[in-house]
Amino acid sequence: MSRQSNRTTDSKKMNAELFTLTYGALVTQLCKDYENDEEVNKQLDKMGYNIGVRLIEDFLARSSVGRCQDFRETADVIAKVAFKMYLGITPSVTNWSPAGDEFSLILESNPLVDFVELPDNHSSLVYSNLLCGVLRGALEMVQMAVDVKFSQDTLRGDNVTEIRMKFIKRMEENLPAGDEVHSRICVPC
Amino acid sequence: MADDVLFEFLHMEMVYHIYKDQASRGEMDKDRATCVSTLEGMGFRVGQGLIERFTKDSPSFKDDLDVMKFICKDFWINVFRKQIDNLRTNHQGTYVLQDNKFALLTQFSNGKQYLEEAPKYLAYSCGLVRGALSNLGMDCVVTAEVSLMPSCKFQVVIQKI
Repeated sequence: MSRQSNRTTDSKKMNAELFTLTYGALVTQLCKDYENDEEVNKQLDKMGYNIGVRLIEDFLARSSVGRCQDFRETADVIAKVAFKMYLGITPSVTNWSPAGDEFSLILESNPLVDFVELPDNHSSLVYSNLLCGVLRGALEMVQMAVDVKFSQDTLRGDNVTEIRMKFIKRMEENLPAGDEVHSRICVPC
Repeated sequence: MADDVLFEFLHMEMVYHIYKDQASRGEMDKDRATCVSTLEGMGFRVGQGLIERFTKDSPSFKDDLDVMKFICKDFWINVFRKQIDNLRTNHQGTYVLQDNKFALLTQFSNGKQYLEEAPKYLAYSCGLVRGALSNLGMDCVVTAEVSLMPSCKFQVVIQKI
């Protein structure tokens, strides 16, 4: 019986390792395919974006959070609900800019970088850049244009991993021209 | 910890990227075969790593059949959240693992729609199995076939030296 329960907790952990190892294989493959780190970073961001635009639907379906009233609420939802749900960590939200449009997510640990070391010839590789794309893509689907980047990275010698998120603008919902009247009736608050 | 969904999304995006990349480089004659082997190669390395983590505390296996049973039960549960539904063998080094509801195909279709797209999404998993078996001392060739989604069969042929 105890062996059984060991297995279920193990399988959650193993699933995480499957994701981590797969991500590692992907980054390795990208480094082989592209000559420079900048290009790899861009590809990771693009892939993350594609994942993010789909992940947001999964997130909204599972978490049933309502529409956020402001950027601060968005930050809390990202850190306390989304990160917890998908990566099992809860980053802290700090370093708000005076205008309230920029903040940092501090990750004490980053599950993507388990078992990872950056070799010297890849010093400008942002290994976890997929995360930036995911956040950007997901928020774009809820009408927020944001700029996301890593400002600190444990793989590059910093103590913590820090993601800096900046709100750019609220996006208009893109509807085909004929639907404008329809949208005025149906768009939720 | 990490949600299963994350792996599925990442896998989807990986397949899309590898194929798009090959297409954009314009090397028409390489296309599908290279993509499949790239994905399979990635799966191979990950499978090797995963099996090391899974089995580091367990006793060694009695024989090939024991290894295959482990793959069908514990390995499959850990990676694809269910067991293999049917294992067949000719007792001469060939095994067929049948999964009636393969985790990476359930979102595609429930029949024959998109059948021609399925192999792309199986290459990585074949590599996973081949890598796992390789680190357990069994060199083999793993192929997959789908005739009716989401059910698929993985064929493992052990290479004799």
